[in-house]
Amino acid sequence: MTRHLPHPILTATVILMWLLLNRFSVGHLLLGALVGVIAGKAMSALRPPRVRPRRWWLIPGLALRVLGDIGGSNLAVAGQILRGAERRVPGFVEIGLRLRDPFALGILATILTAMPGTAWIQYDRASGRLLLHALDLGDGTDWAGIVRERYEGPLMEIFE
Amino acid sequence: MKTHFEALPPAVALLVAALLVIGAGLTLIGAVGLLRLPTFYERIHAPTLGTSGGTAGIVTASMVLFSVLAGRLAVHELLIGFFVTITTPVTLMLLGRAALYRDRSEAKAEADRAAREAE
Repeated sequence: MTRHLPHPILTATVILMWLLLNRFSVGHLLLGALVGVIAGKAMSALRPPRVRPRRWWLIPGLALRVLGDIGGSNLAVAGQILRGAERRVPGFVEIGLRLRDPFALGILATILTAMPGTAWIQYDRASGRLLLHALDLGDGTDWAGIVRERYEGPLMEIFE
Repeated sequence: MKTHFEALPPAVALLVAALLVIGAGLTLIGAVGLLRLPTFYERIHAPTLGTSGGTAGIVTASMVLFSVLAGRLAVHELLIGFFVTITTPVTLMLLGRAALYRDRSEAKAEADRAAREAE
């Protein structure tokens, strides 16, 4: 953004974290802002690629969808563990991703790993192919389609 | 001085207890899965129950309890949930890739030996 705020999102997050850990007051807001600005400058010394969400207003919708899906798959996986191995088909799925933004890929990896039942195993940057392990491939669930439509699509809209 | 339990309205106590049981239950099921699932790749899914649903239940219970007791919003527990969520993938991917590497190199060694024996 400017010379003094090279990483506005990081600075805002640090301020929010400071206020949550202490308490919401003007004094802590100023102190947190100081820490946030210093953290932003320290971060730019590492020269990471810039994070540029283009349509940030779509983020809450995606976050709600992810939270709902995580809740649902918690119940599904708990059921699968309690029922035992019968009728469950674990296996790998290969998915061709169009998403290229490293930050967005990081978010996708976090979503898929935080979701019980799917694990991000390997991503090949050159070909854009992701190797995903699913606890249950059964019923012909279209994992590639689910990942592309539910998460990759919104992330591409937000970041690319 | 009143203990936490005495200061808590019964409805809130019930809610907190239910959230704790859900969170702890999911974590326990995850631990059982880690012990019982047959292959490595299946086992790495099980602890995710503890880091997602389990953490969410216990963290929410803590937020409700201390918000009611202190009479103001106590939401710094959200940070625990946030950091648990963003740090788990690092370990899981490391384990997953290590297992994949081992499996692929073992499969290759196996294929090489079969090829040598065929000659």
